[in-house]
Amino acid sequence: MAKVFISTVIDAPAGRVWSVVRDFNGMGGWTSFVSESRIEQNEPSDKIGCIRNFTLKEGGKIRERLLALSDYDLSFTYEIVESGMGVENYVATLKLSPITDGDRCFAEWTAEFDCSPEREAELVNHVGKNVFLAALTSLKVRFGR
Amino acid sequence: MVKLLRSTVVDAPINDVWRFLRDFNGHDRWHPAVDVSTIEDGETSDTVGAIRAFRLTDGSGLREQLIALSDRDFSLTYSIVEAPLPLDDYVATMSLKPVTDGDRTCIFWTSQFHPPAASAERLTRMVATDIYEVGLKALQRHFARGRAAVPLATPTIMARDGGFRPALPATPVRLAAARAGEANAAGETDAIVVETYGAPGVMRLERVAVPRPGPGAVRIRHEAIGVNMIDAHCRAGLAQMMPLPGVPGMEAAGVVVETGPGVAHLAAGDRVVYACAPTGAYAAERTMPAELVVRLPRDMDAQMAAGVFLKGLMATVLALEVRPLRSGENVLIHSAAGGVGLLLCQLAHAAGATVIAAVSTPGKAEAALEAGASAVSIHGRDDLQTIVMGVTRGRGADAVFDPIGAATYEISLAALAVTGHLVSFGQAGGRLGQRDLSGLAAKSGTLSRPNVAHFTDTRERLLPRAGRLFDLIRSGELVPLPPARLPLGEAAEAHRRLEARETTGATILLP
Repeated sequence: MAKVFISTVIDAPAGRVWSVVRDFNGMGGWTSFVSESRIEQNEPSDKIGCIRNFTLKEGGKIRERLLALSDYDLSFTYEIVESGMGVENYVATLKLSPITDGDRCFAEWTAEFDCSPEREAELVNHVGKNVFLAALTSLKVRFGR
Repeated sequence: MVKLLRSTVVDAPINDVWRFLRDFNGHDRWHPAVDVSTIEDGETSDTVGAIRAFRLTDGSGLREQLIALSDRDFSLTYSIVEAPLPLDDYVATMSLKPVTDGDRTCIFWTSQFHPPAASAERLTRMVATDIYEVGLKALQRHFARGRAAVPLATPTIMARDGGFRPALPATPVRLAAARAGEANAAGETDAIVVETYGAPGVMRLERVAVPRPGPGAVRIRHEAIGVNMIDAHCRAGLAQMMPLPGVPGMEAAGVVVETGPGVAHLAAGDRVVYACAPTGAYAAERTMPAELVVRLPRDMDAQMAAGVFLKGLMATVLALEVRPLRSGENVLIHSAAGGVGLLLCQLAHAAGATVIAAVSTPGKAEAALEAGASAVSIHGRDDLQTIVMGVTRGRGADAVFDPIGAATYEISLAALAVTGHLVSFGQAGGRLGQRDLSGLAAKSGTLSRPNVAHFTDTRERLLPRAGRLFDLIRSGELVPLPPARLPLGEAAEAHRRLEARETTGATILLP
């Protein structure tokens, strides 16, 4: 099983960052790689089990199901239902934690998935860098003070 | 229920931070509020269930139990077993998370507890501010400056003659360099300087430069300096521990004036005590490696500490670890009215042993009797063997403590009971040299030649023993005599008295 772990420190209170990332359908608003996103069946984006269906600017289409959302832990977990990446059992969690010293925010994004062994390194790098780190960096820039 | 979280980011990779923090007993190395900490019952600090008993700098004592430790999650969880404050059901977790963006580490310190309603706010603020925030700040400072890590252990060099040889630092503090007036000198100070090895008269009071502390070092202003037989050996060139020109002395108490980079366990203004190499204690001020410098509990007087720290560590290691004394045993103690001897008498007496004290004068006999000896033998007046056999009804001594060496070795063996044990821990009366051990067979005797430095040459080894010593003094089990006091400039006189066996108890020098 491949694992990805990316984390960073965002210079804003965790609550404020959470209010932006909590919307499972809102990734287009804070990342640079999502072009269009909707929740299937017209369900609310915080209903556990809902599926977001989005297109990437580079053209791919991904469907992901919300598995858990916690306003207490400031985290959500989702799985890939359909994508062109060639991964299976892909489950990812984005979690925020307050850094009380300076009222900042620690953001960590993890994923686990199965794939063919020869593609593992490439996929881990792609998910870690082009997706998680890119998205977290957008957040950092957005909240840079 | 109160839930608390305090967190910060430190500028070091998670493995470095975890290696430092996973030691459940190591908080006295980094938390400014923690004075001394020990793990109870000889457990290791990574045994889940281990209890750390520690004292805060305000003098209060706490006991906390490790209830979870995970090298996988980089977290440890503990609960309070005993505390002076009503922090009921207190469970806390310290956990680390890597910040991959920059290879730093996030530290989270969380807890839950039930304080009484009336004092909830005050207690919560105290824990959050005085414990968590202060601790996290200290960690941040430690890792901000501390990447040039403090050496965790200094190499121990065995003396060829097996003599007392505490660990030498990798780079001895060179007086010559300091004297030449280095650019980084912090100022000048009075010090006793030895230019050539010899009699006490070779020691002269001079002005020398004090270097600014480099990484892992501290500058200390001494309040009192301990005088030990090892200092005389250094001065005479018998213990090759002091390069020339050199400043003797390995024990002192004082106040930290300045800390170098990477020193987390000490800060300017801390009262401290030490008993370790390198030499250099016979000075009003000095700079030295900080690793074996420990904070002096508030209730300990600096002069008392300078007189008892090294001798007390020796006595407790000898009587509680090398040859643990038991009730009903007969114990012979040579030089029983010396600095270590009096403490050994007290420890043996407290253990319930019958103490036979060998001393050189009637005045010293009195001091030994006061320290708990049941019988004394005065050199030149009494026959030691007769007294030992008389007191023990012909059995002999179960344990003999002998700091004298060559002059008393045969006498000590003769005084042993069957299966008795001789602890030979010094050579004030000459080197033991080569000995035929077959004589031990006559009594199934055993022999040890301990070097206290091996028990105190890392912080991990030193701190529990220092804590134990302070506890024994607090409880009154050890009552150090007020030390004889001389001005620093009279170091030669102090050595003369020590070597002439004129002293009773400890001697200290005052800058």
